[in-house]
Amino acid sequence: MIRAELTKIRTLRSTFWVFLATFALCVGLGFLIGLSFRNIADAGADSLFASFYAVTLGQIALVVFGVFVISSEYSSGTIHASLAATPRRGRFFLAKLAATTPVVLVLSLVTIVSMFFAARAGLGPRAVPFDARGVAGATVYLTLICLFATGVATMLRSAAGSLAILLPLLFLGSQGLGNIPKVKTITQYLPDQTAWVIMHLTGPPGSAQFERPYGPWTGLALTALWTLAALLGGYAVLRKRDV
Amino acid sequence: MHNLSKSYGSTKAVDGLSFTIHPGRVTGFLGANGAGKSTTMRMMLGLARPSTGHVLIDGVPYQHLTRPLTKVGALLETRSAHPGRRAYQHLRWLAQSNNIPASRVEAVLEEVGLQNEKSKRAKGFSLGMAQRLAIAAALLGDPPILLLDEPVNGLDPEGIIWIRELMKSLAAQGRTVFVSSHLLGEMANTAEHLIVIDHGRVLADTTVSAFIGESTSLEDAYLRVIQR
Ligand SMILES: Nc1ncnc2c1ncn2[C@@H]1O[C@H](COP(=O)(O)OP(=O)(O)OP(=O)(O)O)[C@@H](O)[C@H]1O
Ligand SMILES: [Mg+2]
Repeated sequence: MIRAELTKIRTLRSTFWVFLATFALCVGLGFLIGLSFRNIADAGADSLFASFYAVTLGQIALVVFGVFVISSEYSSGTIHASLAATPRRGRFFLAKLAATTPVVLVLSLVTIVSMFFAARAGLGPRAVPFDARGVAGATVYLTLICLFATGVATMLRSAAGSLAILLPLLFLGSQGLGNIPKVKTITQYLPDQTAWVIMHLTGPPGSAQFERPYGPWTGLALTALWTLAALLGGYAVLRKRDV
Repeated sequence: MHNLSKSYGSTKAVDGLSFTIHPGRVTGFLGANGAGKSTTMRMMLGLARPSTGHVLIDGVPYQHLTRPLTKVGALLETRSAHPGRRAYQHLRWLAQSNNIPASRVEAVLEEVGLQNEKSKRAKGFSLGMAQRLAIAAALLGDPPILLLDEPVNGLDPEGIIWIRELMKSLAAQGRTVFVSSHLLGEMANTAEHLIVIDHGRVLADTTVSAFIGESTSLEDAYLRVIQR
């Protein structure tokens, strides 16, 4: 069953393109952001921030993949064949997740490590030493946000509807809205922003503006909770509704 | 199948159907557009949940079958392959999902006459080719039970003769063949037994010859039953 889901992933051309886009965006932007930070005179400018910021844009491509994994079943009518072949809906969903997760995890790891070194090359003299926690956190985050997208898309079934929710949500984060004091109270708990601490995207430690009431690992755990909630919601809808 | 019903809002698509389908013969499932044929077949596969009643396949609900494709082969939708996938890729994942040997993929492609189109993407398939691919998917697990919703749809004259003979030979091998259609002439040629429904209710459950009875043709008999 898992093998069948892997074959499905492999035989869609969009898979290749969104994976390439994820990698290219993270690595390319990582380098450019590093480069732009190299010449900033401000000593407070955070090189770690520069090393990870590209994730906020590169993730978009992987989120599209997370959506397509399930929405393509509905748009093409393949869901009928899938559920006729695997009528236990929970099993079908688990097989899909079991096939998707390792693939996305490997892609995330390769992407994040490459991005970190691309950013380091860009930063030149301002480069920071290898940050294992940040790299691990960003890898897990990228995988979690992709699965979060799969959960949302399983609830909504349509790619357009899912992206209409996910893209504004993620842009909200990348545009730094999370650091505006009043708005922050709420937005800091959004599924992407909870992972910002571990990726050093909340700014240098100590400045009150960027202070978060949770630590790096707790934040990542909050993202995982969001993902779990979305997947459980997706499972509930999949179980309950006709196709 | 016992007391099977399905409502969509206030529409009763299927309204208390009870019947049994037997192996070794082609059973035709007749009814006007919107009579509830497709809805009934979706419920047989657990794709739609009945409002009341249940369907048992050799005593168990479809959802409880392990490797269901080796027990029941179904054609519900003409286009169920992803447009970007090649014909053989679609059959391959289906085979993998039910532990069906990969050699069956080639075998069914040949059986439906798609061996030369097997590397084509489904998006480039004509209606008839898509229908053949869907039939290949139904045959993939070499199942003893076949559920076919309007299999003739989109086939050329040669294809129509082919599927007619295929259904008869599958039944002759002792399999259960349940086929919906509103093409009466086709049913008269293929089916031995008929189940006629209208507005989700069974109007007749009998052999073709008994159904025709006094009437001059199947069409004549059908119209009489429907208008009653
Ligand atoms: N998903 C759905 N939502 C709402 N109504 C539906 C749905 N599916 C079917 N119906 C309604 O149920 C009734 C039976 O439809 P069904 O598709 O089962 O008929 P059918 O006998 O297969 O017709 P046809 O010969 O045209 O294929 C129709 O009135 C239809 O409008
Ligand atoms: Mg129909």
